[in-house]
Amino acid sequence: MTHPTKEWPLFEVFIRGQHGLSHRHVGSLHAANAEMAIKSARDVYTRRNEGVSIWVVLASDIAASSPEEKGSLYEPANDKVYRHPTFFDIPDEVGAM
Amino acid sequence: MSTPVSAPLFEYLCRMGDNTLVLGHRISEWCGHAPVLEEDIALANTALDLIGQTTLWLDVAGEVEGAGRTADKLAFHRDVWDFRNLLLLEQPNGDFGQTMMRQFLFDAWHLSQLTALKGSSNEQIAAIAEKSSKEVTYHLERATDTVIGLGDGTEESHSRMQAALDLLWPYVGEMFLSDDVDAAMVDTGIAPDPATLRPAYDKLVGDVLTAATLTKPQDDFAHKGGKSGKRHSEHLGHMLTQMQWLQRAYPDATW
Repeated sequence: MTHPTKEWPLFEVFIRGQHGLSHRHVGSLHAANAEMAIKSARDVYTRRNEGVSIWVVLASDIAASSPEEKGSLYEPANDKVYRHPTFFDIPDEVGAM
Repeated sequence: MSTPVSAPLFEYLCRMGDNTLVLGHRISEWCGHAPVLEEDIALANTALDLIGQTTLWLDVAGEVEGAGRTADKLAFHRDVWDFRNLLLLEQPNGDFGQTMMRQFLFDAWHLSQLTALKGSSNEQIAAIAEKSSKEVTYHLERATDTVIGLGDGTEESHSRMQAALDLLWPYVGEMFLSDDVDAAMVDTGIAPDPATLRPAYDKLVGDVLTAATLTKPQDDFAHKGGKSGKRHSEHLGHMLTQMQWLQRAYPDATW
């Protein structure tokens, strides 16, 4: 290690629940490396049987959209109601969508 | 109502239950004090696993004894000389490295013991071993990673881990000593001969210590007297005054 840092890096934690279809962001924690982050995530975030699969990713590796660009990124979609499937009646038998 | 097998069996169950009880309590002493939040929660989880296992062991011990004592009675109303835990586990926590070294040295033995017990002739014991070994597999993984991480870490963490190993190594031998209780367990197919677990233990511990760049002490002198209850270290009594004071001050209090 060339530059030992005092603080462990921050990892974001994603967990897929018992019946969940996709991983959801549940929080973050500090760990020395990814393996340790998964173990800590198991202890911190799955104590009550919440998950069946854990992903961790270095917070610094996440590329995020910028809040300032909110207007140009999202507002154009607001007035295009025809893109929302709100005009369909969904039969009850279909269940959650 | 003791049958010939019940006295050594009670003794054996107390050994298993007292190991997890004493270590579980020791680790719980870290709650709110661990170096980082993540380790604090992980240690508390481990403590809870061990206390849960204690309930299973001591409940069966109470049944086998047949004197109406529950797991709670056995945990909170016995004094030092009735405890049958390994001396290693009553040793004070020391620093975080020392706690994790103790954990590793025990977990490595604990998992091999439980793995053997899954084939026990006693169905209750086999069932407890089945459930506990999943928890202990994780304990061992975590302790192994920490011992390697700190041993092969900075100069300071390395020297602390080596000091912890040198301090605790004399308590390892007791895990593999056999006595009349063990002989009775082997005869009835209930538990393995402790000595047979040693080669695999030495291999595992040796590999991990090498990866951790730590040096195993040459001297195999072993303190003994914990699992037989003949001579506990001074630390157990102090620990019990903390652990048992409520039940001693207010016997059978519930809430």
